[in-house]
Amino acid sequence: MSGVHDLGGMHGFGPVNAEPAEPAFHHEWERRVFALTLAMNATGKWNQDMARGARESLEPVQYLSSTYYQIWFEGLKRLLVSASLVDAREIADGRPHAAAAASVRKLAAAQVGPMLTKGNPQTRAATAPARFKLDDTVKTKRMNPSTHTRLPRYCRDKRGVIIAVHGAHVFPDTNAIGRGEQPQWLYTVKFDAAELWGADTTAASVCVNLWEPYLEES
Amino acid sequence: MSNDHRHDEHEHAEHHHDFEGSELSDMDLRVRTLESLLTEKGYVDPDALNALIETYETRVGPRNGCRVVARAWTDPAYRKWLLEDATAAIASLGYVGRTGEHMVTLENTATVHNIVVCTLCSCYPWTVLGLPPVWYKSAPYRSRAVSDPRGVIKEFGFDLPADVEIRVWDSTSAVRYLVLPRRPAGTEGWDEAQLAELVTRDSMIGVGLPKTVAQLQKETE
Repeated sequence: MSGVHDLGGMHGFGPVNAEPAEPAFHHEWERRVFALTLAMNATGKWNQDMARGARESLEPVQYLSSTYYQIWFEGLKRLLVSASLVDAREIADGRPHAAAAASVRKLAAAQVGPMLTKGNPQTRAATAPARFKLDDTVKTKRMNPSTHTRLPRYCRDKRGVIIAVHGAHVFPDTNAIGRGEQPQWLYTVKFDAAELWGADTTAASVCVNLWEPYLEES
Repeated sequence: MSNDHRHDEHEHAEHHHDFEGSELSDMDLRVRTLESLLTEKGYVDPDALNALIETYETRVGPRNGCRVVARAWTDPAYRKWLLEDATAAIASLGYVGRTGEHMVTLENTATVHNIVVCTLCSCYPWTVLGLPPVWYKSAPYRSRAVSDPRGVIKEFGFDLPADVEIRVWDSTSAVRYLVLPRRPAGTEGWDEAQLAELVTRDSMIGVGLPKTVAQLQKETE
């Protein structure tokens, strides 16, 4: 999706303001949104790519004028409604109007530690041999999908070199829209900064992790 | 430690109240409303929420990464392992799990400086650095780190020689990066615990350098 979340290379947002000795959270509601999101993700009603897609689906003006955890909050509400766990009326007044959905795996406190330790590995068995190998020159596809993708706009239709092969990983583009994990080979592609930005850069190179369907032979 | 923490947070909250007006109390109310709905529907356990918050506020943070870097500075075999198989080398120190499942170490040298960004969202190695700071998730950083890293680095208060190559890493996948900064001069004979005091979170993202010996001495005076 070519949304405003895809910020690489844009101008006009001003300088980076780093806060000294920044706390993990700035407000109690941020703590709660963070924990609610992780706990609801653990119900298995959606996957992390769907969650990212939900946050990216905020209208551009809302996305850019929201703080980070406000975006999480909006994304969570959209996921809850689209999974039919709650409806808009319930969100508005905070009271259940319908019975709870069946088969929701509620995360228990005792499961938090093991869940975080286990993590969420994205590697899967490959279903085909890798199409590319180290040092191959590849070209990223020219594309403009309206749904979730992890190929940033700034590196579409650009030439780069494969510098790492990471095995087959869950493919976000299908996983985000309910079409399954469809594991694809994941590569790190190194682009000369000039290929991306012409003379308007202070980087030497930019390295991006890209799935095989984003790439073609150069 | 926790008292200082609360103090910082309080000051910051006041600052933001001035800036954002009534919006924050509105957010408190809206989030509380949603939490009570989800609890009542039986989807979330408040004790699990508290356990999640406690983990990321007190147990996971950049101290973990500092220890990894300091180990690499003192133990050549560990350094080699960290560069070849970062996930396993980091796991050997007990740092495993969520958003650290696929780690890669980026070694800074005299001629190459690495800097990490996530232009699309906020991907960050939680197991070694904790939750990302606000600036890392902000539009100014995500938009410019990838095209003008030298300009961004200057905003963090340092510069690199013109002949140092700046390599940017955009975290578009589950592969997460830890920058291994260069060991500061004048630290010959220091042990791992002493060296860990020199490592900063920003130096492990690539927007900072480790503290110098003089800086550390000044801080502890």
